[in-house]
Amino acid sequence: MKTHTFKNDSGLAGVDLSRRSFLRYAGAGAAAVAAVATIESCKKEKHVYKTDVGSGDTAILNYAYALEQLEAAFYIQVCNSPYSGMTSAENSLLSDIRDHEIAHREFFKAALGSSAIKGLTPNFSSINFSDRSSVLAASKAFEDLGVSAYNGAGAMLKNPDYLLIAGKIVSVEARHAALIRDLIQFNTFIDASVVDINNTSTEYSKTPAQVIPVANQYLAANSQLSFTADGIM
Amino acid sequence: MDLLNLIENINAADPEFADRISDRRAAIKNITSFGSKVAVAALPFAFATLFKKAYGQSATTDVNSVLNFALTAEYLESSFYNTYTAKSYIPSSDAPGFAIIKTDENNHVKFLKSVLGANAIASPQFDFSGGAGSGNGPFASVETSYDTFLALSQAFEDTGVRAYKGQATNLMSNATVLTAALNIHSVEARHASHVRRLRQLRGVQVKPWITGVTSEISIAAAASVYAGEDNTTQGSVNITTLAGVNGSISANAASEAFDEPLTKNQVVAILSLFIKA
Repeated sequence: MKTHTFKNDSGLAGVDLSRRSFLRYAGAGAAAVAAVATIESCKKEKHVYKTDVGSGDTAILNYAYALEQLEAAFYIQVCNSPYSGMTSAENSLLSDIRDHEIAHREFFKAALGSSAIKGLTPNFSSINFSDRSSVLAASKAFEDLGVSAYNGAGAMLKNPDYLLIAGKIVSVEARHAALIRDLIQFNTFIDASVVDINNTSTEYSKTPAQVIPVANQYLAANSQLSFTADGIM
Repeated sequence: MDLLNLIENINAADPEFADRISDRRAAIKNITSFGSKVAVAALPFAFATLFKKAYGQSATTDVNSVLNFALTAEYLESSFYNTYTAKSYIPSSDAPGFAIIKTDENNHVKFLKSVLGANAIASPQFDFSGGAGSGNGPFASVETSYDTFLALSQAFEDTGVRAYKGQATNLMSNATVLTAALNIHSVEARHASHVRRLRQLRGVQVKPWITGVTSEISIAAAASVYAGEDNTTQGSVNITTLAGVNGSISANAASEAFDEPLTKNQVVAILSLFIKA
């Protein structure tokens, strides 16, 4: 399976997730979520080693950090190897988005400090980076997923400062999502797959349990996320 | 009304929804796990009861005041689009997008009114010239100018995003309402992005995201919509000191990457220009 690493991207360099700490379920607090990087050291024995992401708000922030790592890595690759026919206007927009996602990723890394999970290794083998449709479809999937993930995690946060910052980020992800959708087909910035347009016109939020399997499709086996929760699943 | 869908959404978004209405836990499970016509037929009654319990009864006065504040902004937006999307100046290529936005804002009004019930305030009357009732404010050309319409649309959508964001922490006592508000907040951001993209395609120097305090709206009153958007410090982290692709993250990128909130008072000051006194 082909994976990509990004040498110009300090945040992803030299990642080593192996056997860092044995899984400790982050289930101390109510509605605690653990989005953790897993390593299957021996498939037959099914031992799973995971990076402890802590519990409570720290776990939620690490969950966001993981998604931002994925998005940043994707757009770095998009801008390093532009798809065939990328216009300068598209290049400019996608470069902006790349920089926003790097800002989000680096913010979480800095804010989490020693509590941050390690850098994750993406697996973008399903994406044809030379093909506009493939790239924009993946971009749309990432952005829509990010919006639904932040919306679904907001009420799990206990610290109002974190909730505010999550709110500051999610609307930017929504701006990205709408733009990418408009690039694919104009006037599709919203549709019934993401917003309940026939009823409340509220976005469909997603729980970590709904988000993580999708995110894992784009993560190398040794970086995939797993999920534990109290009172959610 | 897609009740099954809504209940599933509430359950997904609010893990404590069932606990919130603990005596009705069995009913909720029945509703969401059976697709039989009997269960569906029984829904309106069951749902109305549950809805009131989850949103109404447990909603404090503070939550209601936040929701009425949001409703005011939604009244303004829905009235704006109901009035001006009928104008002939809207190009046919852009009409489908504004039809979506108009529908969304009307749905938000209906949704908030249904949550507030008898506590919902009535809609004020609006003056989209920005003249607080004079009909002769700085945006009076909205009657004939598509570009003014787009500028106002951008200002209203960005204000909506900032208004919801500013109220999120006031809703933490009610996870259901908080999640619903967040799910509206991101829809407003999608609208804002689309309208900004429309303006960008017409040659206006804006992007789908907010760069500093730049709005490219020449009317001075719009400045208050973007006050503080040039912030580049989040929590204790100065974003411009963090590593970007080439050197540190630029101030523009740092500002664009995080949308900023507005306080209720800031939003009221903006909206009051458009409300008939």
